Amino acid sequence: MAEEHKPDATPPAGTQPAEKPAADVKSLPPTLPSSSTTAETKPAVPAAPVKPVAPAKPAGPVPVPWDNEFIHGLKTVYESGIRETSTYLGQNYMVVDASILTEILQDYRDDEGFDYLVDLTAVHYPKREKAEFEIVYILYSFVKNERVRVKTQIADGESVPSATAIWPTANWLEREVFDMFGIRFEGHPDLKRILLPDGWKGHPLRKEYGILQQDKEWVQINLGIESGQ
Amino acid sequence: MLDQLTGYLSSNLTPGAAGNSLWALIYILLIFAGVSFFVMLMNWVERKALAHFQIRLGPMRVGPHGLLQPIADAVKLMTKEDVIPAGADKTIFWMAPVWVVLTGFTTLIVVPFGPTHAVTDMNIGILYMLGISSLGVLGIIMAGWASNSHYPLMGSLRSSAQMVSYEVAMGLAIVSAIMMTSFTGYGMYGAGTAAGTGTLSMIQIVEAQKAQHVWFVFKFFPLGFIAFGIFAIAMIAETNRAPFDLPEAESELVAGFHTEYSGLRWSLFMLAEYAGMFAVSSIAATLWLGGWMRPFPNALAGPTWDLAFSLVPGALLLLVAVAAFYNAARMPKHLAMRIQTLGLWGLGAVIALVGLIMLIPAVRVRIADISWFVMKVGFFMYLYIWYRATFPRYRFDQLMRVGWKVLLPVALGVLIVTGIAGLTPELLAWAKGAR
Amino acid sequence: MVDNDRDFYGQEWKEDRGEKSSTYLDASELVLNMGPQHPSTHGVLRVILKLDGEKVLGTECVIGYLHRGVEKIGENRTYTMFAPYVDRMDYVAAVSNGLGYCTAVEKLINVEAPPRAQYIRVIMTELQRIASHQVWLGTHALDIGAMTPLFYTFRDREEILKIFEKYCGARLTTHAFRIGGCQYETYEGFEKEVKKVCAFMEPKFGEYEELLTTNRIWVERTKGVGKLNGDECKALGVTGPVLRASGVKWDLRKAQPYSGYDKFEFDIPVGENGDTYDRYMVRVKELHQSLRIIRQAVDNIPEGPILAKVPKVLKPPVGEIYHSIEAPKGELGYFIVSDGSLQPYRMRIRPPSFVNLQALDKMVRGLLVADVVAVIGTLDIVLGEVDR
Repeated sequence: MAEEHKPDATPPAGTQPAEKPAADVKSLPPTLPSSSTTAETKPAVPAAPVKPVAPAKPAGPVPVPWDNEFIHGLKTVYESGIRETSTYLGQNYMVVDASILTEILQDYRDDEGFDYLVDLTAVHYPKREKAEFEIVYILYSFVKNERVRVKTQIADGESVPSATAIWPTANWLEREVFDMFGIRFEGHPDLKRILLPDGWKGHPLRKEYGILQQDKEWVQINLGIESGQ
Repeated sequence: MLDQLTGYLSSNLTPGAAGNSLWALIYILLIFAGVSFFVMLMNWVERKALAHFQIRLGPMRVGPHGLLQPIADAVKLMTKEDVIPAGADKTIFWMAPVWVVLTGFTTLIVVPFGPTHAVTDMNIGILYMLGISSLGVLGIIMAGWASNSHYPLMGSLRSSAQMVSYEVAMGLAIVSAIMMTSFTGYGMYGAGTAAGTGTLSMIQIVEAQKAQHVWFVFKFFPLGFIAFGIFAIAMIAETNRAPFDLPEAESELVAGFHTEYSGLRWSLFMLAEYAGMFAVSSIAATLWLGGWMRPFPNALAGPTWDLAFSLVPGALLLLVAVAAFYNAARMPKHLAMRIQTLGLWGLGAVIALVGLIMLIPAVRVRIADISWFVMKVGFFMYLYIWYRATFPRYRFDQLMRVGWKVLLPVALGVLIVTGIAGLTPELLAWAKGAR
Repeated sequence: MVDNDRDFYGQEWKEDRGEKSSTYLDASELVLNMGPQHPSTHGVLRVILKLDGEKVLGTECVIGYLHRGVEKIGENRTYTMFAPYVDRMDYVAAVSNGLGYCTAVEKLINVEAPPRAQYIRVIMTELQRIASHQVWLGTHALDIGAMTPLFYTFRDREEILKIFEKYCGARLTTHAFRIGGCQYETYEGFEKEVKKVCAFMEPKFGEYEELLTTNRIWVERTKGVGKLNGDECKALGVTGPVLRASGVKWDLRKAQPYSGYDKFEFDIPVGENGDTYDRYMVRVKELHQSLRIIRQAVDNIPEGPILAKVPKVLKPPVGEIYHSIEAPKGELGYFIVSDGSLQPYRMRIRPPSFVNLQALDKMVRGLLVADVVAVIGTLDIVLGEVDR
């Protein structure tokens, strides 16, 4: 596990000009360690404080591959469906294909005793091709006192099977993901907006939805005012 | 007319019994004014006592220590806009509060403030009171129905169901007290009946307690006490007060059957509620706590005891005056508070004056009965407020369960056992004779 | 997998149902709306009840009246700038929210707060837990009809809020902690005051219990109401005192300790039946346990720095982290995705009240209308957290 960061005392001041190239690099899609792109891009996108020009600093935390019996068993069954299993900062996660998602989740619940769905959320990577949305399931097992993240990536417009049959918790969590991102969940009993009003157009947590943007039409019709701002 | 006026003064009958309609009218007006004043006072006492239970002060600004708050509230309510909901049945809407007030106050004509201080002493007094208060339920149903809205309808139906169920237990408890009036025995466990001494008349019930030298709450202890307890609980449910105030519960039905009433109409409901509280408390005081009698009229008889006890009402008022003076002295010494401080000193002075007047022998004798009666009723009022501060609310089905499955069987049991207890000498004699 | 003949609680759909909405109306049913403005839905919560007379057949919660877009804001503020927003979610227990956020970001940048800061954090968080439970107790009792405990608990909570005010300047939205530790050193007399407050509080808890625990009416209103057993809780994702009252002995402070909680000795109160009465008892016992923790912490605060070395310009490495704490309401989690820039790429907050509120439907089926209010109260929800 990585140790404490050294303070950014003098180096940043000295390497200010060096920031620029790093910034340019960052204008690429923010590739996280769990991205589905090939492994060559990994060393080319360093974490911000770790710059090739800076004096020797401890390398930031990197995702480390993670394996155990269960994962091994899953891999033998699903092979390519499981794209990655790693540990970052001590937290285990795996990236799976959307097609085998339900089976994986079901296996986690039934075989490994992950009976508690902690959270179900999504992240929007607009610049990633065919993998814009990453849906994250965080599971917890009471028996083992362990958490694991199961992630899947889908393109815009694709839908994902609902997890409500596996954990009823997923009901409102999926509604919120639908509300905020527009991702549809197949088989959800009542998929409609939960936090925003029913007639709202737009999905706020998408990256193209501006921070000050509002569905002016809805505001004008329902509240009778020109704009909410 | 003048001799109607003066002729009554020397009689020792109630105006009803004396057939004196002028004095009856005067008594009615006195009772109406007195109870209305009492209701306003109760409003203040309730707010202050509740506040002190909840570690706060209650009204303090309107008048010294909030004493003028009830007047401010009354003025506000009377000047409020009269809002009638759109789909409401207008006739019934205005009739409901009138009905409730009417029935609430009509019960008060048989309430005995003293041996001859009642408007009339019907020989079916207690039955009359029960009957008229049952009629009040109709007003509540009218209110809920006429409001043309969910919440009041549900509230009024619940309220009426609750009142009707607790009337049964109330009635049985009252019957056991009535039964006790027909015993001739002396003291706590004295038993025995003689023909024709049982009575439904309120004044005669108190006389019976006097004759038997015991308050019925202690008669055949614990039977009288249990009957008293049943009545005490049922009367709270009867008047829709905490912990049986689900029909009025704010957090659940907004305000129950009087949700849609505002302003003067709502104040009429409140007036009727407090008048109802007064009425049932007076039944409790009359039937079990010896009515207008001072404590121990027989055990501690004699001129010194009489003197001592007759000084109590005046002394109490003087205590109240001392409290007023003390608080007036503690008032903030600020320019803005001058008038209030003056007011409180003035109030204290008036109360002290009244207290002193009540110590004058001529007045003492006349005022004793009424004071003791009012003190006992006041005790029940304080209990009402205390319960409201302390207890959570019963859920409606639990409320009905308590009324039917707990109070009713116990009341029946007490009734039967009281009857047996009262007949013990006869039963024993019959058993002996049968041998 | 998904059974199209039953809704997700296993209840059968009605045969001639047109749309699969849980508020489909039959002739004998009444739809009652406990609207957003209601004295007992703590905050702006709308509950649509489908009733048969007075029995509840189903509910539907409409939320979002307090949605402020905190997660979107999180993507547009730097890490340090976002910290005050976090207080505004569960505004009754702001310090806990702050603790969760700061520990999550610290985990992301791989920094640990120094021991002194950890002790201060524990003291403040446990004081906040007491204050939050006191608010809960007062309002819950008020919903059930007991007016007086409200005033007692709020009066006692004042003492805690005074400490907060002296420490960080605010009573409610405290922003007490910083990423890397605490900003403010404890003020002079802090330990003494905290000890005084502990001594003052303990008999007060006895007062609340005296009014309620053995009160027959309270017991009747709360026993057997809103039952939820352990498996249902886990399946629904319910955490916090609700889960513990159902018999599952699980507390994140013991299971996955953070901020030095493993150094303290305390018990986890557990209930048996999972009804409202057990939830009440669990929270009341938690009050006592919090006092225990505070006393241990106050006696042993180590000396040292209160803020770890964290860069002023905070750019965590690319990565993501999920960290959760045991907030007074349940498991409060932060899922932060960082893209190496100044601002988080995704700031997801897992609110305990949001997930707990889902269980409302399950808990009130078959109960009476008066119990719905009791159950909403016993879940201890804060709409700021539900809606974010």
